[in-house]
Amino acid sequence: MNLLGNLSLSQIPYASWIVMTAVGFEIVVALSVLGLITGYGKWGYLWREWLTSVDHKRIGIMYIIVSQVMLLRGFLDAMMMRMQQAVAAGGNQGFLPAHHYDQFFSEHGVIMIFFVVMPFIIGLINIVVPMQIGTRDVAFPFLNSVSLWMVVAAALLLNISLGLGSFAKTGWVAYPPLSEIQYSPGVGVDYYIWVLQLSGFSTLFTGINFFVTIIKRRAPGMGFFRMPLFTWTSFCTVTLILMAFPILTVALALLTLDRYVGTHFFTNDLGGNSMMYVNLFWAWGHPEVYILILPAFGVFSEVTPTFAGKPLFGYKTLVWATIAITVLSFLVWLHHFFTMGAGANVNAFFGMMTMIIAVPTGVKVFSWLFTIYRGRLRFTVPVLWTLGFLITFTLGGMSGVMLALAGNDFVLHNSLFLIAHFHNVLIGGTLFGMFAGFNYWFPKAFGFTLHEGLGKLAFWLWLSGFYVAFMPLYILGFMGMTRRMSHYDNVAWQPYLIVALFGAVLILCGIATMVLQLYVSVRDRAQNRDLTGDPWNGRTLEWSIPSPPPFYNFAITPKVHGIDAFWEYKEHDPKTLPVEYVDIEMPKSTAAGFIVGVLTGVLAFAMIWHIWWSAIASSLAIIGVVIYRAYQEELDYIVPAAEVARIEAGYLNQPKVV
Amino acid sequence: MPTASPTVEKPRPETIFGFWTYIMTDCMIFAALFATFAVLRTQFAGGPTPKQIFDLKTTLEETMLLLCSSASCGCAMVSVHHRKIPPTLFWLAITLCLGAGFVALELHEFLGLVARGAGPDRSAFLSAFFTLVGTHGLHVTAGLLWMLVLVVEMTVLGRGMTDKIAHRLYAWSLFWHFLDIIWVAIFTFVYLNSVR
Repeated sequence: MNLLGNLSLSQIPYASWIVMTAVGFEIVVALSVLGLITGYGKWGYLWREWLTSVDHKRIGIMYIIVSQVMLLRGFLDAMMMRMQQAVAAGGNQGFLPAHHYDQFFSEHGVIMIFFVVMPFIIGLINIVVPMQIGTRDVAFPFLNSVSLWMVVAAALLLNISLGLGSFAKTGWVAYPPLSEIQYSPGVGVDYYIWVLQLSGFSTLFTGINFFVTIIKRRAPGMGFFRMPLFTWTSFCTVTLILMAFPILTVALALLTLDRYVGTHFFTNDLGGNSMMYVNLFWAWGHPEVYILILPAFGVFSEVTPTFAGKPLFGYKTLVWATIAITVLSFLVWLHHFFTMGAGANVNAFFGMMTMIIAVPTGVKVFSWLFTIYRGRLRFTVPVLWTLGFLITFTLGGMSGVMLALAGNDFVLHNSLFLIAHFHNVLIGGTLFGMFAGFNYWFPKAFGFTLHEGLGKLAFWLWLSGFYVAFMPLYILGFMGMTRRMSHYDNVAWQPYLIVALFGAVLILCGIATMVLQLYVSVRDRAQNRDLTGDPWNGRTLEWSIPSPPPFYNFAITPKVHGIDAFWEYKEHDPKTLPVEYVDIEMPKSTAAGFIVGVLTGVLAFAMIWHIWWSAIASSLAIIGVVIYRAYQEELDYIVPAAEVARIEAGYLNQPKVV
Repeated sequence: MPTASPTVEKPRPETIFGFWTYIMTDCMIFAALFATFAVLRTQFAGGPTPKQIFDLKTTLEETMLLLCSSASCGCAMVSVHHRKIPPTLFWLAITLCLGAGFVALELHEFLGLVARGAGPDRSAFLSAFFTLVGTHGLHVTAGLLWMLVLVVEMTVLGRGMTDKIAHRLYAWSLFWHFLDIIWVAIFTFVYLNSVR
């Protein structure tokens, strides 16, 4: 028996200079980061304050770091595809061989959805939601740490696939029978399966954690219909996670059994049914679309009232629209495959449901518009992203309604029109929302504001880049160009693809500007300190505490008397009352979450390469660590009232909500 | 906020609610597996059919073992409620024997099927059958392991019947009853409905 399973040095793709350059670059970056940490002697600090931390704010920040690093990686994949398609027309084969191009588009989808947008959303939820509901931590802080490190392990595995073996060449959906063992031998699909399983379990744990946190840990007086809108949309998102992610777990598990054990769930022979996978995948996949967009809606619902200086227009309507979307999102999954042949009646039902789901979304758009109407809008960076979203997302929604007509869809299915549509809503909706949230809550997390000018420049580059890159794709869809082509014969398409490449370069400039914005803001942080804790004249509880908040968030648990709890306080009771501090109970840091994360990475790697002894050993080790953790006592510690008073004395300018 | 001293082991109020939430997600996993079985249940691919391979007598024995284990689990929880360790251990031991008997019978059934050439790789029907029933069996095994972990915490580690352990036992009993309900669905839809 081979101790290393299928692993051998011949699995390294020496022959491809592109891949080897990328691998070399990644190794250089990783080594320089590790070298810098060692050089500055920061390992102890990193271990004590970050890697073992169960503080929801730190975990949130680490989630967002993961998402930004992976955004660079996922965007490089996109640049490769744009460059290849700009040249590979007619007699020109371009510079990427087909099997590399196939990996690039598969990786691009997986990275952007599972390792950019999901960690970005979960990071923001982690940082903001506990502060908005007035609590000191999440319901299960240790589980939160496990979630983070599982997703980090998955991201590392995905990057390892670049230099060891290969990633899936099946597209990000990995439909069988193509993803079955006889058509996709090798480790590509196995990387896909295990990377997604780790990320999926991590998301499920986060879902359970925040579902319980929001239901059980709201400050006294904060009924459901007094929760801030971002908390509401996060609540609906985690509810969707609880209902949808188990289905992805099952779909991937059945594909795993097909590939590893020889079962016949999705095979062509012995009774397998590949459309079963497609149904299961999208029964998760469509709710996932709303998991991605709802938190962005929440951000816009915080940004518009804050910067318009008015209460949100139609708070209850917005909440009910969010709930309606949550329910309806489970009734539209079949529109991803109208061409399956389910028949006219089935397609008509799902087409109508898809159009109906546009109604609550439209309600929301009008709520934001009416919030802005007659307000004194301050044109800050988050507001620019919001305005860009309102226009771009509405366009994307309309192309979605076009696709919802099954007759249209038969023509446009898997064409670039579809690609343009979902980038239209994912970039123009989710990503714009996350960028708005990033600029909005950055001062809360770090205690200084981001550079406004560079933030605005980044917005204009992204917005114009988006339109230049994706409008040609709508046209190409009508011209009959399908997705995932590494080469095409019809040279009439080429000019549009060159324009699209130019758009991608504009977005690249936008990303570079964002990096510069971060650099300049950190360099000049002394001038941009947020000493009040409330840089935007905010309305919700997170602005009532210092920036960055003390580790316990609230020295005194706030009492809530209405929607926009902090605004009410500022309007009615601005005098600082004498306060009496009490002891605070906080969870202790633990290495167990980090260790479990590493072990799940080892388990997945062993399964990918069929290193069975290591798979068994790491499984047992995971069970062992969890049992050890369960047997530990005194997981919390007490911060004495005197210590709280000493910390709070440092923030004398802070108003207190009591 | 709680201001209890660190020596008092107070379960966080969210723990049991969080466990209910987890059970809901596990329900979704079984729902997806049941749906898969429903789609593939007639895909025999020329292989054995349910009538040829299902032995309802064994299935009835399995059902009885699991139902009785639910009853003994309930008795154990009454003892937990009164914070009495010896009767708790007694009823947990009975539950353990019944649960282990169930797993053994299921394993015996599976091995017998594989030996007759009716393994999970024979047809889509058998793939779906083994996966659904096997996932339930794995859950039962995990439940037994969990119970042993709690018993060790009570006895070997000498922690006794603290509130924290009582709450853990309560969560475990929820899990055990949940598996019983899933088994009733399996017994009805997989076994009885397939041999009609």
